[in-house]
Amino acid sequence: MNHQAATATPTTRPGAIVTLEFHPKTRGHIPRGLTLAAVLIILVILAVIIGNILIGGISTISWEFLSHPPEQGMEAGGIFPAIFGTVALVILMVIAVVPVGVMTAIYLHEYTPPTSRTTRLIRVAINNLAGVPSIVFGLFGLGFFIAFVGGGLDSLFYAEDGGPVWGQPAIVWAALTLALLTLPVVIVSTEEALRTIPPELKDASYALGGTKLQTIWRIIIPHAAPGILTGSILAVSRGAGEVAPIMFTGAAYYLPYLPTKLNDQFMELGYHIYVMATQSPDVEATKPLLYGTVLVLLVLTFILNSVAIMIRSRMRKNRAGS
Amino acid sequence: MPVRSFDSDVSMEEKLPAKAGDMNDKQPIKMSVADVDFFYGRAQALFDISMDIERHRVTALIGPSGCGKSTFLRTLNRMNETIPGTRMEGTVLLDGRDVYRDFTEPSAVRTRVGMVFQKSNPFPKSIFDNVAYGLRVNGIKDKQLITNVVEESLHRAALWDEVRDKLDNSAFMLSGGQQQRLCIARALAVRPEVILMDEPASALDPISTAKIEDLIGELKRDYTIVIVTHNMQQAARVSDCTAFFYEGVLIEFGDTKQMFTRPEKKKTEDYITGRFG
Amino acid sequence: MIQKLKFKPKSRVREFIGEKLIALNAFAALIAILLIFAFVFKEAVPVFTDSYIQEDASFDKLIFQQEYYEGRPAKWSWQPNSEAPKYSLYPLFLGTLKAALIAMLFAIPLGVGAAIYASEFASRRLREIIKPAIETLAAIPSVVLGFFALMILATVLQETLGLTFRLNALNAGIALGLAVIPIVFTVAEDAMTSVPRSLRDAATALGANPWQVSLTTVLPAAMPGIAAGVVLGFGRAVGETMIVLMASGNAAIISASFLDSVRTFSATIAAELAEVVFGSTHYTVLFMIGSLLFVFTFLINLGGDVILARLKERLQGRIG
Repeated sequence: MNHQAATATPTTRPGAIVTLEFHPKTRGHIPRGLTLAAVLIILVILAVIIGNILIGGISTISWEFLSHPPEQGMEAGGIFPAIFGTVALVILMVIAVVPVGVMTAIYLHEYTPPTSRTTRLIRVAINNLAGVPSIVFGLFGLGFFIAFVGGGLDSLFYAEDGGPVWGQPAIVWAALTLALLTLPVVIVSTEEALRTIPPELKDASYALGGTKLQTIWRIIIPHAAPGILTGSILAVSRGAGEVAPIMFTGAAYYLPYLPTKLNDQFMELGYHIYVMATQSPDVEATKPLLYGTVLVLLVLTFILNSVAIMIRSRMRKNRAGS
Repeated sequence: MPVRSFDSDVSMEEKLPAKAGDMNDKQPIKMSVADVDFFYGRAQALFDISMDIERHRVTALIGPSGCGKSTFLRTLNRMNETIPGTRMEGTVLLDGRDVYRDFTEPSAVRTRVGMVFQKSNPFPKSIFDNVAYGLRVNGIKDKQLITNVVEESLHRAALWDEVRDKLDNSAFMLSGGQQQRLCIARALAVRPEVILMDEPASALDPISTAKIEDLIGELKRDYTIVIVTHNMQQAARVSDCTAFFYEGVLIEFGDTKQMFTRPEKKKTEDYITGRFG
Repeated sequence: MIQKLKFKPKSRVREFIGEKLIALNAFAALIAILLIFAFVFKEAVPVFTDSYIQEDASFDKLIFQQEYYEGRPAKWSWQPNSEAPKYSLYPLFLGTLKAALIAMLFAIPLGVGAAIYASEFASRRLREIIKPAIETLAAIPSVVLGFFALMILATVLQETLGLTFRLNALNAGIALGLAVIPIVFTVAEDAMTSVPRSLRDAATALGANPWQVSLTTVLPAAMPGIAAGVVLGFGRAVGETMIVLMASGNAAIISASFLDSVRTFSATIAAELAEVVFGSTHYTVLFMIGSLLFVFTFLINLGGDVILARLKERLQGRIG
């Protein structure tokens, strides 16, 4: 047998085996280094942001800070009303968004075949809803909820000469606006949970004479509960952090009262940060309160997200295991 | 016992003689199927199936994978309606009443024609709540009645002794064979007349399988049983009548002993002797 | 004989009502998007129909250079509150573009690079650090990123680069990029890890080392996914409000420099909507801007989704 380099002129006899000479291969050290650098840069920036906020704000955090209202034009006191307002806002939002989101996911999963036109239409709508800029939600909140719905309620139920009752910024309108914004989050999370339900479980319920609604209520929803919970928590985390949708629909910088009625305005952590950071007459004096507020919002967000992710990963492990 | 051939040029049908030892003088035919075609969307899965299922007998449906036996089983209690896009033509009678047209709700059929599935599928609930589920979804609220029926059903499924003191434990704590018997108890709790079993023992070890087969033998005294199985020895052991399906067509249907010793059709014989499957 | 139990018959009415209720809620998303469309556009329509509004802000006045003062050359200008109100959209458009471009220049190398590392190089342990880190970054509210840019980043940039304007396009763009990185990363990483094992195995079996497998097989196959991530990230960059509102300086000027202050569409709406009179020209133009934003992000997201859908089909077609 003749062995010849592939680069040699072919004078081989028929039947001879020709060795091919391969060039030394790149092992990708440079790309590896570059992409690792990308990762490290991101991690460093993340650490800087969190560290800076932590250091700047930790000294402000105290029980008084969390439980007292602000004083002296945000130079002293605490942010309790903003915390209260955020919690109230988010609770209203959850009441609105979770049932609608869960029912949407159930409808898509249980009632319509996956390729039907209805399904595709709803999915396109969900995807688009997820992509709408938050300020456009704010515009919608103003133009639809406050002007149209609120204004409509006022003209139907209240005298012309009295001031606006529902047709003005209010916590209910802000909550509904946020509910629309976070609807895709709840739907996606619930759908992921619905997909983990083995069809045999539903079959067993039907075979025993259960109706579709009974099966949904007794078997499907309990099984999807972790996913629904995850979606709700992620929605809360998102809702607590968004400012643009609530700027014109109900958030206020300083209120002497806490929101107790649906048409009250409210203070809110994110909005507070925005106004304090951009419109304080004395930046240095309000800095402690500002950093403290940012830290509170960040910690709140992180705790919510971590809990949601823990529930979700446990749900995924269960699915893989069983 | 009617023996039917489905060759196009030969068709014979015998009137069946009344069986000695019938406990009642109702019709010996519990369910009757006539000219059933079944479609998954455009694809046809069952072609012109007609057969009678006898009361208090075990009827086995055999055939290679994909031959339509499970699909046919599910037409008997309208379980195919849970799958979108399916269509059925033909008649299925339960005690003479049309299962599809005379019953307004499929759940009314399913409480009379129960089902046990291939892979045991207990609910993520306690043993007690599993068996009680059928009662609760059908509106039974009386706690004492529920407790009694649960106990009775577990007895009938030969599971009571093993779980009597752990009824509140999760159903998942049971072994595979026990879970399957739990599913049988669960099906029995709604007191059906017919029990459909889709390969009930295929996922079980030989000992559990034997227990299930014994159970079937006992259950047929009070129920009518239709069982799908890919295990021919099991069909031979357990059933009185056997139906052989192939590619959506009912090739042969008759007395089990006769079919396994002297099958009428070549295809049946080939399948039984293992020439394909 | 087995005694039958007395079962309660099922209520068809209840089933029917229940199903219709669920269906109605399911259409909420669809109705919402249509309503958003309708109500935002509704308030913007007077730009085309109302002659009073068109005196200052007809559609071509929004787009083209106008001779605002006699004798002076025509120009674009956004000054809604001056005595002679000016409503050119171009400065805002330019500002939006500048900020978004900087954001992408920052986010694409970092986001795609990190995704490649996570998908092709990282060990399982490392991956379990990287992915949560990115998710943490994604969880930071945009107002906090804006705060960071306003307080810290702006100072750092000004001191290192000797800038005139503390708040500018670069500042906002970098912070915007931080918000976009998680989107780019997630979509790109997802695309790369979804490349079927069989494809990688085929290349490996032919003698390729891991990097060659990545370079020749995975990256080309995942390229549409990476592109989709970039497109969706760009959509986010264009629509984002709080970061630019806090960090860009909010000056509607036209300049080529990235070190000047800018004002974006979204920030304009956020900054000015509070003071407009309902139904006024200014109000209408702000809603017009909102409509444009809506349409633009709608198209971008549609594009991104289409690319992703086609990628999924392609990858699944290869296995099946």
